[in-house]
Amino acid sequence: MVTSPPLAPGPLGLLLATEAGGEIISLRTVDLAIIAIYFVMVLGIGFYLKRYTKSGEDFFLAGREMTAWVAGLSFLSANLGALELMGWAAASYQYGILATHWYWVGAIPAMLFLGIVMMPFYYISKTHSVPGYLQLRYGESTRALSAVSFAFMTVLMSGINMYAMALVMKVVLGWNIHFSIWVSSLTVAIYVAMGGLFSAIFNEVLQFFLIWLGALLIPILGLIEAGGWSGLVARIQQNFPQGDYTHAWRTLGGFADNPMGIHWTGIVLGLGWVISFGYWTTDFLVVQRVIAAKDLRAAKMAPIIASYFKMAVPFIVILPGLLGLALLPFTLVPESAVGPGQHSYNEVLPLMLARYCGPGLLGLGITALIAGFMSGMAGNVSAFATVWTYDLYRPFVRKNATDSHYVSMGRWCTILGVLVSIGTAYLVMQFKSIMDYVQALFSFFVAPLFGTVLLGMLWKRATPAGGFWGLLAGTASSIGMWALVKADPTKLAWIALSPHAKDMAENMYRALWSWIICVVVTVVVSLLTRPKPVEELNGLVYGCTELPSEGHLPLWKRPIFWAGISAVAFLILQVIFW
Amino acid sequence: MGEEHHIIPVWFFVGVLLLIYGVLILATGIYEFSEPPTTVLGNLRPAIWWGALLIIIGGVYVYHFMPRKS
Repeated sequence: MVTSPPLAPGPLGLLLATEAGGEIISLRTVDLAIIAIYFVMVLGIGFYLKRYTKSGEDFFLAGREMTAWVAGLSFLSANLGALELMGWAAASYQYGILATHWYWVGAIPAMLFLGIVMMPFYYISKTHSVPGYLQLRYGESTRALSAVSFAFMTVLMSGINMYAMALVMKVVLGWNIHFSIWVSSLTVAIYVAMGGLFSAIFNEVLQFFLIWLGALLIPILGLIEAGGWSGLVARIQQNFPQGDYTHAWRTLGGFADNPMGIHWTGIVLGLGWVISFGYWTTDFLVVQRVIAAKDLRAAKMAPIIASYFKMAVPFIVILPGLLGLALLPFTLVPESAVGPGQHSYNEVLPLMLARYCGPGLLGLGITALIAGFMSGMAGNVSAFATVWTYDLYRPFVRKNATDSHYVSMGRWCTILGVLVSIGTAYLVMQFKSIMDYVQALFSFFVAPLFGTVLLGMLWKRATPAGGFWGLLAGTASSIGMWALVKADPTKLAWIALSPHAKDMAENMYRALWSWIICVVVTVVVSLLTRPKPVEELNGLVYGCTELPSEGHLPLWKRPIFWAGISAVAFLILQVIFW
Repeated sequence: MGEEHHIIPVWFFVGVLLLIYGVLILATGIYEFSEPPTTVLGNLRPAIWWGALLIIIGGVYVYHFMPRKS
């Protein structure tokens, strides 16, 4: 998927509605050649890697031999999809620099926490997946609940994103929607079925470079045109004197003080704590990339390396939206208000791309978007294949098959996952309201799962019954709150504790409450039930696991050192853009 | 990466792709001297220096990570 459904529900939802207006960009031969070369390259990599993908460890975990840099860039790229880029550029046009919270407080602390605190347990336990860890820690029932929800939602989200991307290609380039869906998804199916996680990770690293080099020209040329940051701020204030678009925290003192309709507690506790930590530390789609690292130090360093690049992503995503506010000679409007000759917020990134990039550069920018979509989908199907094969098929259908049988199952599962995604895309084409439900469904599981995994790693008294009932209660309460607001939108004031709260605030507070309910139920049930013997918790829980010392390493080779620098840089950015 | 499998490093593939793209974009930029681009700030010739940048990055990666017989 383009992969952060919990982080980007608003803009993704907006993008999916994009159907009005004519094409924005027309491509020339050199642009089409650049796109075609990309397809040849990813298929070639798939063919090349097939010969190295023989065992289950190779196919599902890329042989567990990724360096910290490869795992880190792949970890970041699995999240950095095309809809993510376009959606958040649109959000920054609409909300200003508030959108950076999804890249900074909504990502950096969680990524550092994953690297320093949680990664040792994922890695030392030698689990192949997050549901696999839950099985080791809590037992089969918790694993089954987590695996079924993850597998189901992953392929559905993949289909939704496939449809959304095809729609974007139609709007931006005028491409046939069926052509986009089939060509891109079959390409993904071929190279992932051949090379497994190896292929997915290789192409995610490629995508990382393409996205940066394809999108970086927009902020560079935009800042030159605007006269630097101060010129940009002055132009925005001149064009939109009624709003504050360039301060990240100053307007978060009250729900009514900012266009998002959110309070800083929602950003810090809902987004920064529950949603962000839930997504970055327990969503197997991203965690799988780090589990594939070659050793524990590489596994710890991977998310820390990624945090530096994540911090910089607003330069190519948020800044183009702000440049749109400052420089475009017309005003973009909400999707629902688009009239003839008008453009919506969602088109700000393609508009800026077309503003600065001529032939060749345009092809590079479009390739970056396609690559983002394809690698996001590859991430989905490779994670789906792993969870289906190892967490559902092996324990519940066929326990003692050969390794080659499971690899074969993984390959077929990859193709099946893509076909289900295509089916979902066509279903969404007919019934667009499905998108809202599926996106909401995905978010139901993220926040409670974080509570379950966190308690499992840090509290040895947590019991199998506590883990299962806590996860179930958290998920059920999240669904209940969502249904309540769906049935009666005025109830949003209950969930967010303010009558001024808007949709974005609902996601934050619903996540926070469902996490709290999960934690409370897990603690209460655990205290009433019998804990697992301490010897069974070795390698799974803090206090029962001997963590390898890093004292022999020079300071600059220790993950904690680089995590500290990342944290300081993060804080400095908050102060600069306060 | 690839210590056990002796796989060509992903950085080599990155280098090849960027090198090809750099050549194509630079060539387009040179062609634009006869047909100037109509984009904003097109007078700065972004295709020329961006193509050159891609060639440099791609070339460095290809050279450094090219598979060699030991």
